[in-house]
Amino acid sequence: MASLTLNINNKSHTVDVDPQMPLLWVIRDIVGLKGTKFGCGMSLCGACTVHIDGVAMRSCTYPVALAAGNRKITTIEGISENIDHAVQKAWIELQVPQCGYCQSGQIMSAVALLKNNPKPTDADIDAAMMGNLCRCGTYNRIRKAIHRAAELMR
Amino acid sequence: MSAISTGNQSNAINRRNFIRLSGLTGAALILGVSSRSGEKELAAVGDVADSYKLTPYIIIEKSGKITLMNPKPDMGQGTFQSVPALIAEELEVPLDAVTILQTSGEKEFGRQVSGGSTSVRLNYFSLRKVGAAAREMLIAAAAAKWKVQAKDCYAANAKVYHKPSGKSIGYGDLVETASKLAVPQNPALKDAKDFTILGKNYPRPDVPLKVSGRAVFGIDVEVQGMLYASVAHSPVFDSKLVSYDDSDTMKVKGVQKVVQFQRMLGKNKYDAVAVVADHYWAAYQGRLALKLNWDHQGHDQFNSKDYEQSLRDMATKEGSVVHNDGDFDKAYKEAPVKLEAFYETNIVSHSPMEPMNCVARWNGPDSVEVWVSAQGPDLVKGELSRTLGLSRDNIKVNIQFNGGAFGRRLYPDFASEAAMIAKAVDKPVKVLWTREDDTQLGPFRPLTFSAMKAGLSADGKPVAFQHKVISPSMGATMDEKRNETGESSSMTEGISTQQYELPNMKNEYVFSEIHVPLAAWRSVTSSTVAFAHECFIDEMAVMAGKDPLQYRLDTLLTKDSDTKRLLTKLREVSKWDEPLPAGWGRGVAQYEFFAGLAGYVVLVSKKSNGGVKIEKVHCVIDLGTVVNPDMVALQVEGGATMALTAATKPGITFENGQTAQTNFHDNEIIRINEMPPVETHIIAEGGPTIKGVGEPPVPPFAPALANAIFAATGKRIRRMPFDLNKV
Repeated sequence: MASLTLNINNKSHTVDVDPQMPLLWVIRDIVGLKGTKFGCGMSLCGACTVHIDGVAMRSCTYPVALAAGNRKITTIEGISENIDHAVQKAWIELQVPQCGYCQSGQIMSAVALLKNNPKPTDADIDAAMMGNLCRCGTYNRIRKAIHRAAELMR
Repeated sequence: MSAISTGNQSNAINRRNFIRLSGLTGAALILGVSSRSGEKELAAVGDVADSYKLTPYIIIEKSGKITLMNPKPDMGQGTFQSVPALIAEELEVPLDAVTILQTSGEKEFGRQVSGGSTSVRLNYFSLRKVGAAAREMLIAAAAAKWKVQAKDCYAANAKVYHKPSGKSIGYGDLVETASKLAVPQNPALKDAKDFTILGKNYPRPDVPLKVSGRAVFGIDVEVQGMLYASVAHSPVFDSKLVSYDDSDTMKVKGVQKVVQFQRMLGKNKYDAVAVVADHYWAAYQGRLALKLNWDHQGHDQFNSKDYEQSLRDMATKEGSVVHNDGDFDKAYKEAPVKLEAFYETNIVSHSPMEPMNCVARWNGPDSVEVWVSAQGPDLVKGELSRTLGLSRDNIKVNIQFNGGAFGRRLYPDFASEAAMIAKAVDKPVKVLWTREDDTQLGPFRPLTFSAMKAGLSADGKPVAFQHKVISPSMGATMDEKRNETGESSSMTEGISTQQYELPNMKNEYVFSEIHVPLAAWRSVTSSTVAFAHECFIDEMAVMAGKDPLQYRLDTLLTKDSDTKRLLTKLREVSKWDEPLPAGWGRGVAQYEFFAGLAGYVVLVSKKSNGGVKIEKVHCVIDLGTVVNPDMVALQVEGGATMALTAATKPGITFENGQTAQTNFHDNEIIRINEMPPVETHIIAEGGPTIKGVGEPPVPPFAPALANAIFAATGKRIRRMPFDLNKV
């Protein structure tokens, strides 16, 4: 066990946990932010995607100790106060979700993509989003919504 | 005769029910109406209407706050909006101004299961009548208050207006009076041309919650003092636990207790060991540290290869006859042209993105409460009552948003697990399965094999037809009361009731034993038998030297039918008669079954390095009427994706008694880069029946794709799954 300080959504949390515990479970069960989801536990589905220093990472396999200290963790709860991030607006406009379970991860991947690439092509979207699975089949909406969010951010 | 009744003359009963349901305090005034069956037309459309009990769907408080009850759990198919929309339309309240609550399995609401694509089609009239009756009561209350004629008043935006004077009054100011009025027995339903919600692309209220991490799924529920459990099961079904050693488990910090119990899945009881800890990660680490000694009882010899061969070997066996019209044997024997083919499909998993989980808390020695993602609060109650021996009245079920379900959450074995473990540790417990558990432990969609025969006349007309299904049965693996004969109709779903005019048709079912638990998967048996049926119809067209769509329309569908209308529309929207680029092919398929009717035209192109690419998917779905066209399009996109995964990804195979697949790396699902464009067209022109949305887009997809591949490459595919890169 170790006492670690985490900066999550610009708020400091001190947690006493096994340093090998995946960040996902610290975020969900210790800190109590439930928007980040568990899907596979092997970085295969992307449901657990968060940003660490602005980079999309799979929190289900990311040891918490590596995310501690000065690193900045952002979860779905941290991208906007009022559900008004351009990506969220585009997602609402295109009514993307079905069950919605994978969408936190989809949105976190999309936000990271658009930060680095304000005008992604379809191929860019494929490359950035193919690690995020959706069993309901919202992929075509996701693609459209990313293009739409890029417009909104311009 | 009427569909609406108070059920009891005293509105006090309505009030009491509402108060209990919604957690309101006694100060609220509630307008409740109930529906009951008794009318033939309603009995045919309504499962809600089946209930003779109070079914109070509407709560209007004096403050003007309006709450509508949604009896059908949302698993991504949109019932959180589409079902309350039926009430809101007739009640004349905007959907964004109401609070929607999920029911909890109260008897008054009748069947509350999301399944069979029934939620809208079976409640379309009964729930509209509920809203319409309440609207008429509110109008009557306003008219009485103003001392004017009710016919001079109308309702809009949660208010009643007096036409001549233009004055208005809010529903909140009317409920006290309205709730004392007799419930109209035959309220007038709105004309479809006046709809403001139904048929429109109304934004769904759950979407903002789902793009912000605020939607609460079962996995997100926490109750005070809750512990976490991870459960070890044998990946070989029907193994017996001989012994276990938890000494290393107990050394894991945070682990509190190890509990041995049995997972109850239908008639099956599987030994299991739960590790209970302060938080999930400790429970999971503790589970990994368990040393389990299983006796597989020979089931580790089971494998898909041998099992599938056993099905092939049964193909010539005479099965139970599920349909027999004319004299197939004679007509086939005499037919100048004969055609035979054998089709195969595989086992697949449901794999919703939210792994199975449940929170359970005992509120007394005989009283349990659960929070769970499941497809019906009533079915969870039934399951807990069965497995725990509790009275239904002592079981409280709080249904959360389902993170996908696809049929898997019709079988809430995980809820029983949570309740049993919580009882053993005397604390609230959240059980959470891993993805590996979800992939390996079933229940799975069954495989079906199909032996097809057709006799054609010299000019290509069908004179004899046979579809024989050889398969294990879902029901027989799950329900001890169900057996071979009882399963023949569900395992041959739809094959005898297509609109095609096929003389001398004889369909059979050959039953095969299996010990692997099998269950309904989105579109049930139609998801596999339609592949054989519609590909074989294509083979008949090719043998007859006809265009496959033309053959269906001209030769197999001479009479008017919904199917003929659907295929005609598909021909138009897909531009079927226009020439394609070199190396392209198009395929068509449709399937009608209990849930409804849809069809596809799929376009593929040959890739230069082998294999094919799906260029375009056109779907037509026939609904009779539509509540939210955009949600229907989403369900079509989703159905096509799910069917594409089942058709082209490896699915589940058994080796050494267990699934060879464990997680998404080997039990693959379609990714964004593999998703073709999908175009949806809805036929909503009325009709004798209202058809479903969630499942119909699944069955016809794979045969349309395989038929397109034949058109492009000349290669006939007779087995699912197939690899698009290798065909």
